[in-house]
Amino acid sequence: MRSPAVSVILLAILTAGPTLGARAEGPAPLPVEAIAPGVYVHHGVHAEASVENEGGIANIGFVIGDAAVAVIDSGGSPMEGAALLRAIRQVTPLPVRYVINTHFHPDHVLGNATFAALGAEIIGHKNLPMGLLARRDTYVANYTAVFGADSVKDLIVVPSHLVADRETIDLGHRILEIRAFPTAHTDSDLIVIDRESKTLFAGDLVFLERVPASDGSILGWLKAIAQLREIPAARVVPGHGPVTAPWPAALDPEQAYFERLVRDIRKLLAEGGSLQQATDTIGLSERGHWQLFDSYNARNVTTAYTELEWE
Amino acid sequence: MHAFIRGILAAAALVFAGTAAQAYDDPWPDLQAALFPGKAVESGDAFIHITAPERAYDAAVVPISVDFDLAKMQGIVVKAMTVVVDKNPAPVAAVFHYPDGTTNPSIGTRIRVNEYTNIHAVVEATDGRLFLAAVFVKAAGGCSAPASKSVADAAEHLGDLKLKVPQEASADKPTRLELLIHHPNFTGMQMDQVTRNYVPADFVQNVTITHDGKPVLSIEGNISLSENPAFDFWLEPKSQGVLRVNAEDSNGRKFERVWMVPAAS
Repeated sequence: MRSPAVSVILLAILTAGPTLGARAEGPAPLPVEAIAPGVYVHHGVHAEASVENEGGIANIGFVIGDAAVAVIDSGGSPMEGAALLRAIRQVTPLPVRYVINTHFHPDHVLGNATFAALGAEIIGHKNLPMGLLARRDTYVANYTAVFGADSVKDLIVVPSHLVADRETIDLGHRILEIRAFPTAHTDSDLIVIDRESKTLFAGDLVFLERVPASDGSILGWLKAIAQLREIPAARVVPGHGPVTAPWPAALDPEQAYFERLVRDIRKLLAEGGSLQQATDTIGLSERGHWQLFDSYNARNVTTAYTELEWE
Repeated sequence: MHAFIRGILAAAALVFAGTAAQAYDDPWPDLQAALFPGKAVESGDAFIHITAPERAYDAAVVPISVDFDLAKMQGIVVKAMTVVVDKNPAPVAAVFHYPDGTTNPSIGTRIRVNEYTNIHAVVEATDGRLFLAAVFVKAAGGCSAPASKSVADAAEHLGDLKLKVPQEASADKPTRLELLIHHPNFTGMQMDQVTRNYVPADFVQNVTITHDGKPVLSIEGNISLSENPAFDFWLEPKSQGVLRVNAEDSNGRKFERVWMVPAAS
């Protein structure tokens, strides 16, 4: 085990991460925070992917055991993946044995290549390869529009180790639990629990501050929220939001938002309201609670309406 | 050059004036020549109104409606209407055919939009004249977006039909109905999630709607219609009667369902 003294030093290094990186030769490491002993998270900005943020719009992190490191989400570009590796190398020389993709969205998986090249095993939900490949052309086109074609070669690296239900991986006296969910945020959602620190990496099943975006099922997401509440965690790392948040209170804002969408859309459907009326009116009272609200609310309403109209 | 084409080009130029210096390469003159060869097309702006979101929220499910200002039609009776998504790989999204006696040909549907595009509605009157209206929509990627957010659900419900009927529907006044058809409407541009090959196009091709044995509307569909195609239309019932929908997809699957409209009270 690491001694407490080493942990304190690591924390100090990590807190000073950006400064250290600026002084070091070559590209800077990704700024990360130690949120628990051996658990590090980079804070994704609440913006769309851009050259300036290198696609770093999601919270991504890593957990260090006695023998190996596991990365949880690899970032929104090969550049962010490489910067994450530099951040890992500032705190440990141990090999990165695993990369866990919490789902197929580009801000979580486009850094895979850096770690695959080092021999890391890429782990994902059983549906992830299918979902990612089905969207590959769109993701490559969107990526190229922002970043150009230079870094596109290694963009899509599909997991080889697929999880259908539950599994554990051992980083050396440190067990990570991995659980797959039915269709919710996407149809390939995974969560990761670090047993030692009781930290829950929820991926995009938990959004804070940035408005949740549904690419799956709103009703399925509400079911997932109910299941997540049962998990006894000390803290959660949301896919978007602060790097760590109280548990399970972190579920409350998105649950309130989805419940409002479902309630108001069911009412509108009962009154004969159209999809266009729904996207024009539903959810607007939530606008003040979320960032990027106008970019995603109407899309969420579309997903929910086209699901609920068949009830 | 026809005045209306100049108008469209001017409109497109205006749309792009405030954005990046990206030209809109307008395919409409060629499309019109191919779809309506040798025919003059007049502006329908006086009585045709297309509603669509300026920027689509989900490019695979873009609601549009084509509404007619009945007071301004000056005796024009609509026989057919073609909805064209100019920049899509298969631009003709649907053709609606109306029986004699239709007084309100307004239609709503949901389309896929593959890139920033004009959407045109071309109306054919019973006297052979053609009228046109257009709207510009910003959206991208709708044709290659995976058809289903939940694949298992799509397979289980293939061919389910649903009719939305307003509660206040009655036998003596026009009623706007909406028909939903559970169908992936594969475009042929989507990757099979298991074999990693492209899924052949498989889409709702023909829909026929009758009420009390009399024709209400028939629709030719294509891949530019969204997954689970939806159509709303006006029914002008003379009495309570059976509304029958027969649909057929491009693989010859047939779907049928009937409803009593208005419902028995």
